[in-house]
Amino acid sequence: MLKTFPKGGVHPDDCKLTAKSPIFVATLPDKVYIMLNQSAGAPAVPIVKKGDKVKTGQLIAKGEAFISSNVHSPVTGTIDKIDPILDATGYKHQAIIINVEGEDTWEEGIDITNNLIKEIKATPQEIIEKIKNAGIVGLGGAAFPTHVKLTIPQGKVAEYLLINGAECEPYLTCDHRLMLEKPEEILVGTSIIMKALGVHRAFIGIENNKLDAIELLTKLAKDYNGIEVVTLKKKYPQGAEKQLIKAITGREVPSGKLPIEVGCVVQNVGTAKAIYDAVQKNMPLIERVVTVTGPNVSKPSNFLSRIGIPLKHLIELAGGLPEDTAKLISGGPMMGKTLSNTDIPLTKAMGGILLFPYNLSKRLDPYPCIRCGRCVHACPMGLEPFYLEKLVIKERWEDAEKHWIIDCMECGSCQYICPAKRPLLDYIRLGKNKVSAIIRSRKN
Amino acid sequence: MDKKFIISGSPHIYAKDNVQRIMLDVVIALIPATLGAFYFFGLGAVRVFFVSVVTCLIFEYLIQKFLLKQKPTINDLSAIVTGMLLAFNVPSNLPTWVVIIGSLIAIGIGKMVFGGLGQNLFNPALVARVFLLISFPVYMTSWPKPIASAGQLSDVVTGPTPLGILKESGSISAASQTGELPSYVDMMLGNMGGSMGEVSAILLLIGAIYLLYRKVITLHIPLSYILTVIIFTGIFWLIDPTKYADPLFHLLTGGLILGAFFMATDMVTSPTSYRGQIIFGIGCGVLTALIRLFGAYPEGVSFSILIMNAFVPLIDRISYKHFGEVKA
Repeated sequence: MLKTFPKGGVHPDDCKLTAKSPIFVATLPDKVYIMLNQSAGAPAVPIVKKGDKVKTGQLIAKGEAFISSNVHSPVTGTIDKIDPILDATGYKHQAIIINVEGEDTWEEGIDITNNLIKEIKATPQEIIEKIKNAGIVGLGGAAFPTHVKLTIPQGKVAEYLLINGAECEPYLTCDHRLMLEKPEEILVGTSIIMKALGVHRAFIGIENNKLDAIELLTKLAKDYNGIEVVTLKKKYPQGAEKQLIKAITGREVPSGKLPIEVGCVVQNVGTAKAIYDAVQKNMPLIERVVTVTGPNVSKPSNFLSRIGIPLKHLIELAGGLPEDTAKLISGGPMMGKTLSNTDIPLTKAMGGILLFPYNLSKRLDPYPCIRCGRCVHACPMGLEPFYLEKLVIKERWEDAEKHWIIDCMECGSCQYICPAKRPLLDYIRLGKNKVSAIIRSRKN
Repeated sequence: MDKKFIISGSPHIYAKDNVQRIMLDVVIALIPATLGAFYFFGLGAVRVFFVSVVTCLIFEYLIQKFLLKQKPTINDLSAIVTGMLLAFNVPSNLPTWVVIIGSLIAIGIGKMVFGGLGQNLFNPALVARVFLLISFPVYMTSWPKPIASAGQLSDVVTGPTPLGILKESGSISAASQTGELPSYVDMMLGNMGGSMGEVSAILLLIGAIYLLYRKVITLHIPLSYILTVIIFTGIFWLIDPTKYADPLFHLLTGGLILGAFFMATDMVTSPTSYRGQIIFGIGCGVLTALIRLFGAYPEGVSFSILIMNAFVPLIDRISYKHFGEVKA
């Protein structure tokens, strides 16, 4: 029996066009744009100024708030300016713009060789410190600062570490390729996180549409203590944190609580690799694997790209912007955000750049809900999306709260499956915002 | 690059199924039993069928266009489904004008007063059927004999339904002495008196299998409904087999199979959660058995489903389990 979460889920077509495309190192453009809001929480504070020379890997902005993260220069060059630019949120935010000047000159202390270092010398405190210094954030898409996530709150005990290699979003293959090409680094990274958390068991969960990665990691994991590879059923959203925990451990994270409530910590495979780099190699997080793909993209690819490269540069490397592109999506087709233009730079959170032609971008006219219940059966959180939609339209916020609208993780399964093509998630998002505001005002 | 992109919320992909396709699947699933009705009841059935379907479409169009001033949505095919099911639920010799009144009630009172597709609380075809049954009891309970009446448009040979014979006789042993009860094979095939679409168990089941295969319906409602009737009537049959008919008789006669697979499963008027659907099915089953065994009417499928339709909002509110609720 393949492990999976019990409730809900949908089966969109895989569309993994780039599953067999090896990771290709993206070339550098003339300028890179480093957003200061790379992580969830407060933006980092710049410590460089216009005209400064910077080396690759040099700290250029510090995450000073509790939830914030450091930002490093991904290139060698000169600071052009620090200015607000349009980013993935659709608003302008501060970015450090660097003129790229030739080959990398690396910041001192960074090991840029490919030698695998298995022995973990750092103590748990040192590991957390190094992760914090390296500016590591969750690479699965949420970009939550990893050092915060690995600091277990008082009174809680971590029991299991779960490494998320489910990659359940269609089209995306960045995690898949990373597992195939950097398996040892991921396993050492996993061991490092285990040491930092003081846990003795870790599970790497991978969906069964990536059998090559499962086979490879299962074989290599034998040399590592306490790491087990778990084959998961291909079902969206298998990689959602609470669903992954339920699938692997059978534990259900209570509504409104974090995974640590049931003794679990979840990290993405990309984050595990970044943690390896940071702890074993002193390498800050300045690059990531990103899948550039789409039905009409001429050379869909997986790139190892430096942070801050404008998306148009990566799209050029993938064969250029297809003529009929109507949607530019950061992330996968189920949860990805649409972007307004291709000048937006790559951030740490972007695992996929998806280009959709017009015929896939247009929404169909909604019909009245026929109460078929497919959204109810698709919702992995056990909510009733059609009912929440009605409550939001009627502005019945209190009832929406009673029906757990806040628990919606916006996976999009309901809207995907709806035969009446209703914009269920649009309404639920609106409702979540309203209800959250009401809950906050009640606390004050 | 000044290319403009579309900004929208996720998700960006959609499953292929749509409302028309679901309705079309129901229409396809009803075709075997439709052909069966044409075979058993002949021209009368053809007349009732087409009058019902066409007038349902016309009434939906007219009401949306002139009364509600909406954009007519007859292309969603739901009016065809209602029309077919209404025809299935009446005798094949029903006068044309009564069929037209039925269509008006089904679409007008059953569906449009609630706000159209998706809003109605009760199954429109059943609302019309019960309205006609109460308003025109004579027309609605004169059942043409199958095959014998196939060539006639009207003035057909009529006879009672098996459930009618049973109710009239008071006990199954008395009913079988009348010699009018069809054999189980005839009940299975549909060679018995009854509403034109309900008689053939086998043809209805072929359609039901198609709906299950297409995932338009699940087994939750039909199975819990039918099992409840079987268990309920089975208990009484075991207590007194001379008075009460056996469960197979109850399964094959009347509108149970039509009701369980095609009427109770109507998405709009049934619960959305599987748990709720099972509660709903059991409720329908208990009511059907009660009406058949102890009620004034020989048949109780329509009433049971309509009564349970009224409970759907309540069932919906108590019957789903939320992720993370247990320990929260």
